[in-house]
Amino acid sequence: MTIDPTRPEAASLPAFPVDEAPTVVEAVGVGKVFGTGPGAVAALESVDLTIHQGEFVSLIGPSGCGKSTLLRLIADLTHPTAGTLSVNGKPPGRARQDRDYGMVFQAPVLMDWRTIAKNIELPLEIMGYSEPERRRRAAELLKLVELEAFADRHPWQLSGGMQQRVAIARALSFDPKLLLMDEPFGALDEMTRERMNAELMSIWRRTGITIVFVTHSIPEAVFLSTRVVVMSARPGRISQVVDVDLPPERSFETRETEVYFRLVTRVREALRQDEPADEGPAVTEAERVRNEGLS
Amino acid sequence: MTRSGVREWLPPVAVFVAVLVLWEVSLLVLGVQSFLLPRPSAIASSLVSEWSTLVRGVAFTGLEAVGGLIIGVILGTLCGFATSRWATAREVLLPVAIGASTIPIIAFAPITLNWFGPESLLPRMTIVAVMVFFPVMVNTIRGLTNVDPGALELMSSYAASDRQTMTKLRGPNALPYWFTALRIATTLAVIGAVVGEFFGGPLYALGIYITLETGHSRYPSAWAAIVLACALGIVLYLIVAALERAIMPWAAARESGR
Repeated sequence: MTIDPTRPEAASLPAFPVDEAPTVVEAVGVGKVFGTGPGAVAALESVDLTIHQGEFVSLIGPSGCGKSTLLRLIADLTHPTAGTLSVNGKPPGRARQDRDYGMVFQAPVLMDWRTIAKNIELPLEIMGYSEPERRRRAAELLKLVELEAFADRHPWQLSGGMQQRVAIARALSFDPKLLLMDEPFGALDEMTRERMNAELMSIWRRTGITIVFVTHSIPEAVFLSTRVVVMSARPGRISQVVDVDLPPERSFETRETEVYFRLVTRVREALRQDEPADEGPAVTEAERVRNEGLS
Repeated sequence: MTRSGVREWLPPVAVFVAVLVLWEVSLLVLGVQSFLLPRPSAIASSLVSEWSTLVRGVAFTGLEAVGGLIIGVILGTLCGFATSRWATAREVLLPVAIGASTIPIIAFAPITLNWFGPESLLPRMTIVAVMVFFPVMVNTIRGLTNVDPGALELMSSYAASDRQTMTKLRGPNALPYWFTALRIATTLAVIGAVVGEFFGGPLYALGIYITLETGHSRYPSAWAAIVLACALGIVLYLIVAALERAIMPWAAARESGR
């Protein structure tokens, strides 16, 4: 799991088919109701989902579909009201206590009073790593997210994209096998977001970590994932799972391939199925762009 | 002093000098009586002639203010910490603290004299501590509890203990609030000490001195004592500000946009 720069990237690719890899997350009939009585809101209903080691699974859906709730259930930041959920074969609470996962939120949540390096060391301090070990890991991760020059700066001196990279480095600092990301690039501009996508892709390939990624961006979900889980709202449930058969090696050019557009369209149509029929043109944007490109 | 230091200090000093000059000149021109407002030059000469008494007064009143400040700040911080940490403490301490903050100091001061005797430092220290306690406690509670919910979830995701959450998140988060309270407390402390002395104390204590000198129509020397009381407050405030910069350098750096 540690990052070995000398290791060829292809060597750590998940061995397909992933079905044979160990199960990391397993949800069976998971439901979540907020509140009680007539004011109760069903955020999630009968969610079945299995995520294997080395997968990159995106959860996508309209706001209110419970995609963040599902992620927070896995993280044990909230508890299911129905069904069973396990992380690494354990109840989520046990997995959290065992520090099985790292989490990245939409906001970077950096501590202003700590330098960038010290922010990355925060979980290591909590988990009782020795100081030399903390320093070593922080330096290694700063290199991974290409922020070595900013080790002694403070959070407010960094741009939003850089801050989010620090948050990713911090989540990876203690070598978790599972990375949970809740719309981590949602607040970034499109250019920065695409660059961050490429960086995350490279981190995932180099570490072989399992990633569960919540997003509302279709291109982002397709570009990053091995599987896209499409969810629908009220109550939140999984409406479709789209396997992404893009080559594992992905770059900016991937976004211009036929397969990519086809997948984007598939996810978009899956999302649209649950919406009223009068919305949007029959031809999707991806199809239009592709047709123009071909003519 | 650096160039930027000069640029920072020059405007307030210039304004201060201009006000003094205007004060002096306008009183001369308008012929205002000295019991209404003495001229700065008269106050300055009293400062010089009464210096030995005034210095003892400043030392005494200053000791009261600082002593009361330290007691009040320690108690306020401890109570704020306990209140934010334990629900039981919240139910017990908060009503008591609110009650203490509503004590009329003017009525309370003579009672403290009966407790400790007028020559002791303790009556004024008690008054100062009571005045300072509440803002410190309230701000400590605010600082320890008004934490970014995302940061709390982050700590929870690390399975951090309550103690770790306190030392690594809530504590540092509370520091700016706590220093704000401390700034308010320093100015309150000098006021509390001087007002407390109106009800008794050694003759050279600033509050007593001011009352006696006005009673004998020696207004410039009363004003000299007032000026020194202000100076005492300013010095305490500057010490707190320096302490704040030393303990939270990141906050000063962020404010100046570096």
